[in-house]
Amino acid sequence: MKVTTKLWIGLAILIILSPVGLILPEHFKAGSAWGEWGADEMQKLVGYIPQGLQKLASLWSAPIPDYAFKGWEEKGLPHLSIAYTISAIVGIGITVVVMILIGKALTKKNN
Amino acid sequence: MHIPDGYLGPTTCGFFYVVMTPIWAIASKVVKKTLNAKQVPLLAIGAAFSFVIMMFNVPIPGGTTGHAIGGVLVAILLGPWAASIAITVALVVQALLFGDGGITAIGANCFNMAFVLPFAGYYIYKIISYNAPIDSNRRVIAAGIAGYVGINIAAALAGLEFGIQPLLHHTANGQALYCPYGLNVALPAMLGEHILVFGWVEAIVTALVIKYLQKQAPELIEEGRA
Repeated sequence: MKVTTKLWIGLAILIILSPVGLILPEHFKAGSAWGEWGADEMQKLVGYIPQGLQKLASLWSAPIPDYAFKGWEEKGLPHLSIAYTISAIVGIGITVVVMILIGKALTKKNN
Repeated sequence: MHIPDGYLGPTTCGFFYVVMTPIWAIASKVVKKTLNAKQVPLLAIGAAFSFVIMMFNVPIPGGTTGHAIGGVLVAILLGPWAASIAITVALVVQALLFGDGGITAIGANCFNMAFVLPFAGYYIYKIISYNAPIDSNRRVIAAGIAGYVGINIAAALAGLEFGIQPLLHHTANGQALYCPYGLNVALPAMLGEHILVFGWVEAIVTALVIKYLQKQAPELIEEGRA
């Protein structure tokens, strides 16, 4: 088997395993990453929401915010795990396509 | 380590976009010269690997989460400039599609994770593994140390960027406008969690993949340059 084939399989395994990255933190009640709190959490942490943060926080509305489908937030871990896996597939798909396009553009002259 | 929108003020955001622009330009030039068409799938795999490994959040029970970045590994295999481009693509997709990391903070996040991390890791690996045979354990150890140090330098930079915000931007009555935590909190928090936990995750991931490739694809380990 070609090395790249093996590495693609490795990526597929990581996609399948990706919900581990959602379930483990949930299980250990680990909370948000440092410095990645939402406005509500910020209110609890420091007693106010910094004005600039409040303005900028909602600047961009991502189509799949936090690797979860909109409206699925309350649906529980099994649903969120599915959304997480689909996010991994979509994210990797787009990353790979963009990278190949850039890579092709950059290597054009070499061949 | 994905700084969201609203945590960094306009000065910091603008500064890092300005710093990253020539870095992206040089990276494109260097990669154009050194990368051959056969390596493009590997570059895509590298970007995808970095993307997905960042989804594996590791918990500190009752506290916080963090993750590996995989960027040092990509730098070892494809060179730091190519890694820079690959990680940038992963970070931009994460920001635009998933809101993971802010749009305004793409410059800063790329500086930490797509520039300093792969370069620091790459040169640490090169120094420690100097003249080592392709299949030697020294390469595995070098990869682990490079991953550990690389991610910790990136974490320290993120801590610095967070920590200077209260100094740069605050209201007349002293309330912060952006990140409310100063250097005395942000720097030890970011650095501490990576020294204790997440740095080891990056170290183990980097070392294990190098160990695997030594057996399965030694030619990849030789090729890592540029």
